[in-house]
Amino acid sequence: MHLNDTKGYKIFRVVNIIVMILIVIATFLPFVNIVAQSFSSERYITAGEVFLLPRGFNVDTYRAVLQNQRFWIHYRNTIVYTVVGVAIAMFLTTLLAYVLSKPKTRLKGKGFWVGFAVFTMFFAGGIIPTYIVYNNTLNITNTMWAVVFPLALSIYNMLIMKAFFENLPTALEEAASIDGMSTYGIFLKIILPLSKPILATMTLFYAVAYWNAWFQAFMFLNEWTLFPVTLFLRNLISGATATGEAAAAEAGSTQIASNVRSVAMFLTVLPIIMVYPFVQKYFVSGIMLGSVKE
Amino acid sequence: MEIDSQVPGGETGRIGNNPETGIASAQGAMSVEEYQEKLKRTEVSKFESVRKSLRKDWQLYTFLILPVVYLIVFQYLPMIGNVIAFRRFVPGGSMLGQEFVGLRYFEMFWNDRTFWRVFRNTLTIGGYTLLFNFPIPIIFALLLNEVKSIKFKRFVQTASYLPHFISMVIVAGMIMEMLSASGIVNQVIEWFGGNPTIFLQRAEWFRTIYVGSEIWQRTGWGAILYLAALTNIDPNLYEAAAIDGAGRLKQTWHVTLPGIMPTIITLLILNIGNFMNVGFEKVFLLYNPLTYETGDVISTYLYRIGLGSANFSYATAIGLAQAVIGFILVMGANLLSRKLTNRSLW
Repeated sequence: MHLNDTKGYKIFRVVNIIVMILIVIATFLPFVNIVAQSFSSERYITAGEVFLLPRGFNVDTYRAVLQNQRFWIHYRNTIVYTVVGVAIAMFLTTLLAYVLSKPKTRLKGKGFWVGFAVFTMFFAGGIIPTYIVYNNTLNITNTMWAVVFPLALSIYNMLIMKAFFENLPTALEEAASIDGMSTYGIFLKIILPLSKPILATMTLFYAVAYWNAWFQAFMFLNEWTLFPVTLFLRNLISGATATGEAAAAEAGSTQIASNVRSVAMFLTVLPIIMVYPFVQKYFVSGIMLGSVKE
Repeated sequence: MEIDSQVPGGETGRIGNNPETGIASAQGAMSVEEYQEKLKRTEVSKFESVRKSLRKDWQLYTFLILPVVYLIVFQYLPMIGNVIAFRRFVPGGSMLGQEFVGLRYFEMFWNDRTFWRVFRNTLTIGGYTLLFNFPIPIIFALLLNEVKSIKFKRFVQTASYLPHFISMVIVAGMIMEMLSASGIVNQVIEWFGGNPTIFLQRAEWFRTIYVGSEIWQRTGWGAILYLAALTNIDPNLYEAAAIDGAGRLKQTWHVTLPGIMPTIITLLILNIGNFMNVGFEKVFLLYNPLTYETGDVISTYLYRIGLGSANFSYATAIGLAQAVIGFILVMGANLLSRKLTNRSLW
């Protein structure tokens, strides 16, 4: 606090803090409302009486959803897609980021390769040709690969990682090379151990992307047994029963109760909210690493 | 700030400066034949040096194989698949289509009234998004920067990122719950004596809902780069300004804003480049036939006619046109920024 602050500035600071508090409240409000609905009985929700606190508190909805086998099939699918997807994505991203981080004296045609990758950020194939390639050429629709591959190499993530590799000291690598260590050896024994922070950040970025993805599943999957929980949720909230038997069977009718939707939403978002406080600093450091490169 | 300085084709076709042939120094008195001879030798030696590098450093080059195969199959193959915008595609047939039909599908959308409606909607929604979602993170960052308590500042910042990590399905679900007849928005309206409105069924509300939820989702995350740039401003500049008699407002105007200007410009280029890419997922989750009039955008329309009604070629033509416009916008914004401010992404 500066003593020479003008009166106007002091007022501004008080108002500013109030604005900040309002922003925080606005950020959390929708989540709190969903949690309140998830513990409320449907009667109070439809009457418009559930705001921030549950009315007619009960855990029956949770019990019903948690005992529902289909919900767990979708949940398990999401976990499988996330684990497999992150593994493949980390593999591809690390390889490309490492080779592109080498100077052009070592990597001939570096400009071309970087351009080859970056071009895909600004010009994409489009929904329809992509669908045709997946469905007709590769024949991977209705398999988990149709969900895993679309997100398996984010060029944006790759550039962040490349910047990290470029900032690593080269001395260690050179010394190891003189000692006769192969490129594979250097990569596995020297580079990867030094890169734990960026590997952690990228793993989290990809994990969130896979956990949240629904559109690839919506477009490429027909069998409800393959649906991730996000797609199941999408069918619940849109009341679209035609896309899968799941939602219809779940509901018994086309109208699914608000408290069921709220419980499903809450359970889907829960893992993210739970790990978020602990990992958010990695997200931030990740985006910084990529940008602080004058 | 640079995202990357080596983007497309930076060093192809550079044949001089090769110490073995010394072509850069020997350009003086040389006949055409001699020059061509040198040129050939340079090319040979360039090829030679690539070969040598491949032999010596082959392990490094193997790192390229899988990612490049991935990019070819999952990015470039669909790009090639765009040729069906010019060729008639038959479901089950070749991904490259059956026969060349020229610009028939482009003429089709040119004369399609629905296309022009979704085109207008895309521009309107994209415009509003740019208008609100570009400056609001800057204002948020500037305000947050004035918070003195580090702890409180960090708490607000951390809280504000959260929506960025929430699935679009959840976001859409929460919007639907909040805006439903018995949702909290209508509860508040009724407390104030108003009549409840089913917002998601009213075309005139669609854009407000879209842009409003974008602000909720993106402000915190969008402010990160500005906050980073703010911490990099030299504190001496503020002191100097204060000694010169500048108040807080003037300091913000003359020190803070110029300090984050490079970041502002970079992000503006990216935002303009993304102008046409109105979020497909959110529109798709939130719109319904009652709100097509204002909410239907190019990407959702082409999805419906492509995968909904199996007009693959027609939808591809629209998608290709949109992608080309988007590409031109990025390039144009980048070029303009380089001309005007000497700053660009590449």
